[in-house]
Amino acid sequence: MIRFLLSRFVTMLATALALTFVVFFLTNLAPSLEKVAKSEIGARVSDAEVESWLNRNGYGEPMLVRYGEWLGVVPGWTHSVDGEVVAGRCAGADGGVDAGARCGILQGDWGYSTVFRRDVIEIVGRSLALTGKLMFWVMMVMVPGALILGVLAGMREGSKLDRSLSTVSILTTATPEYVSGVVFIAVFASTAVGLKWFNGSATSAMENATIENFTLPVLTIALYGMGYIARMTRASMTEVMTAQYIRTARLKGVSFPKIVLRHALRNALIAPFTVIMLQFPWLLNGVVIVETLFNYKGFGWTLVQAAGNNDIELLLGVSVVSVVVVLLTQLISDIGYVYLNPRIRVS
Amino acid sequence: MEPLSWTGAWGVWLNPLLGLAVAGLVAASLLSVALSLLSAPVRRQSLPDGTLAARDGLHGMADMAGRAFLWLTALVLALYLLLPFALPYGALGIVGELSRRLLPVWIALGATFGLSIVFKRRLGLYGKLFDSTIGMAGFALVVFWVFTAIFAGLFDMIATHDPLTALSGMKNKVPGTPLAMGDDGVYPHYLLGGDNLARDVFSRMVHGSWIVVQIAPLATIFAFLVGITLGLPAGFYAGRLDTVLSFLANLILAFPVILLFYLLVTPEMVQTGVPAYMAMVLFLFPIAFFAVLLNARLSPRPVLRLVVLAALFILGGWLYLSMVSQDGTPVDFWPDALDLFDVPGGILVVFVSVVFVNAPTVFRIVRGLTMDIKTRDYVAAAQTRGESPWYIMLWEILPNARGPLIVDFCLRIGYTTILLGTLGFFGLGLPPDSPDWGSTINLGRRLLSIYPHAAMVPALALLSLVLGLNLLADGLREESLKD
Repeated sequence: MIRFLLSRFVTMLATALALTFVVFFLTNLAPSLEKVAKSEIGARVSDAEVESWLNRNGYGEPMLVRYGEWLGVVPGWTHSVDGEVVAGRCAGADGGVDAGARCGILQGDWGYSTVFRRDVIEIVGRSLALTGKLMFWVMMVMVPGALILGVLAGMREGSKLDRSLSTVSILTTATPEYVSGVVFIAVFASTAVGLKWFNGSATSAMENATIENFTLPVLTIALYGMGYIARMTRASMTEVMTAQYIRTARLKGVSFPKIVLRHALRNALIAPFTVIMLQFPWLLNGVVIVETLFNYKGFGWTLVQAAGNNDIELLLGVSVVSVVVVLLTQLISDIGYVYLNPRIRVS
Repeated sequence: MEPLSWTGAWGVWLNPLLGLAVAGLVAASLLSVALSLLSAPVRRQSLPDGTLAARDGLHGMADMAGRAFLWLTALVLALYLLLPFALPYGALGIVGELSRRLLPVWIALGATFGLSIVFKRRLGLYGKLFDSTIGMAGFALVVFWVFTAIFAGLFDMIATHDPLTALSGMKNKVPGTPLAMGDDGVYPHYLLGGDNLARDVFSRMVHGSWIVVQIAPLATIFAFLVGITLGLPAGFYAGRLDTVLSFLANLILAFPVILLFYLLVTPEMVQTGVPAYMAMVLFLFPIAFFAVLLNARLSPRPVLRLVVLAALFILGGWLYLSMVSQDGTPVDFWPDALDLFDVPGGILVVFVSVVFVNAPTVFRIVRGLTMDIKTRDYVAAAQTRGESPWYIMLWEILPNARGPLIVDFCLRIGYTTILLGTLGFFGLGLPPDSPDWGSTINLGRRLLSIYPHAAMVPALALLSLVLGLNLLADGLREESLKD
């Protein structure tokens, strides 16, 4: 177990490093940097001026060195005029520059957002809290809903109930968030249909989430993931229901509801657990779409703003967080699978 | 011209009939679902004396009622679609006129289904699809959109107006609004309303299907060729090759898709040429795949092999170079005289990123299947015969993995359609006035709470296509499991 964990951890670290480097590379290509320079010193400047601005602000160094600086394993850049350090990556609040210091994400220095004019770590923290609230409710709706759907469909394979519930789960997996969100808003929140049960915007839910302003975003994300988990649960349930010990229980005369609840359910829920954990990267997609559609200023909305406005440091911060979240959930799902299923022996 | 209502004058007596049929269908289905929740159905049993005992009871009656109402519903729907051809313009409202516009699609759809059902026993897995209701429903939806796309995109038949032209006075008009300035020879109504730039929503939806139907299957095929070319050796040889390739695949899979799109499909990124270089790599895989495939098969016949491979490399290479070399990108080296086509702005980038996102998943599936199949006896037999590894992979393992791959292919086209919609939804890649569904939804969502039709129409179109593909995959899986 320890060796398994260790090897998983090393792979995870390598993946995280590789991914953050890819993001760093892609966000720091010449045209993006030129855009940053032009937005700082004005659009009508010569190439030479752009070049000198980039050099003065530490963008002139090789990509790998800058990645190291950003990570915090290489001392930050400094710019000196006449032998005196005038600017640097690790400039303190008073303007003084500590020449040999490292300040990257490892030291907790995530940089400064050019769009929001605030520290990246502050923005990421606040938006993560908002998205956490959204995800909590999504999970509260999605997981029980999917498990009930799957177990009901899987307990009698091929019955009418199974077929209709399976069709429902196919329908939900075929409805991407931007379709269900649009349909929900049009039906439940528009003046054209006139139901107006819920709000079409979740902006007010950031402070005060109510059923009115939070139902539609939560439902939109939950529905897309629900069908997939339900299908996995169904598959695992049908497999369990054909197992020998279930037949034995039936022959013994145990009643059907008791068989389902006592004997089948626990074994049928192992597979869906991993599936639920592996849904996180997909949910992140849904979060981005739904937060944009419902104007909820959480993590996904921040990602779109950062990417759309070429806010390099914010985008890097957001990517680090999302990559780490994805990798952590993969790790948890692996460990949980081994832990829940005694038949699996890790060599 | 009068505005059209949804179902016109004839709707007055067709609508209640449809309501009745649907209500009956829903009630009967709910009843039989509730019954199957409470107890297992008792099917017809054959008794020892050779007679049948029909003990369907309540189950059977609910089923029978459900089937009867299903037929009634289908009949009424058929009336909605067929009656307009016998009635004057507008007698069955918007629905009737939509049906009239879609006449070529109905004919093609009918012909496809008629021929397929007549010859279904001779058509293998495709024919078996017509034994499953779910599969048929899915196939019908998919083929409907394919025919709509072809007739609209190639023959310019179904759309009523130009998808890019705005007509004055038609901004945000509700479905069925007559043109503000009616001219002769111009279609007199905006059947599904106007968008916020006064363009016809119906025509844009129909033309949007052509974009989706072109890109989604092609991108999926490319993703499959990449995934198969890498997944087969990874699963077959295992070892270090597998470790490296799997690590790379997991790397891409751990990337949030939207972040990847935002990084790849921005104008700055296109300017640096990163997507163009990725296209250079990705488009090599189809040529490599077919080269290896034919090489493995034809190795006993050296002369034929030489001819075929030469033809493949010349034709494939030419296509490859025309495809990869684009005017206005850093990769522009191929002389224009020899350049067969230029993929219009943005589409190549969208295509590349969609292939790039899909390929790792296909890789993992193929790798898993290969690992499973390579332990079979026929693979051992081929090895004993002295076949080359690539022959075994491509001509022994791959054909035997086709079932799950075909099912996944259908699902993946649906997923690719969703991805294309996502790109459009964020305004990435395709030009902003492009009629593809994602961009149209993005444009329409701004006024969603006042004029929902502009976003609803493409949203439902996308939903029905993806649903069709999912149902088709489900039907195929069910039928392929039966043998």
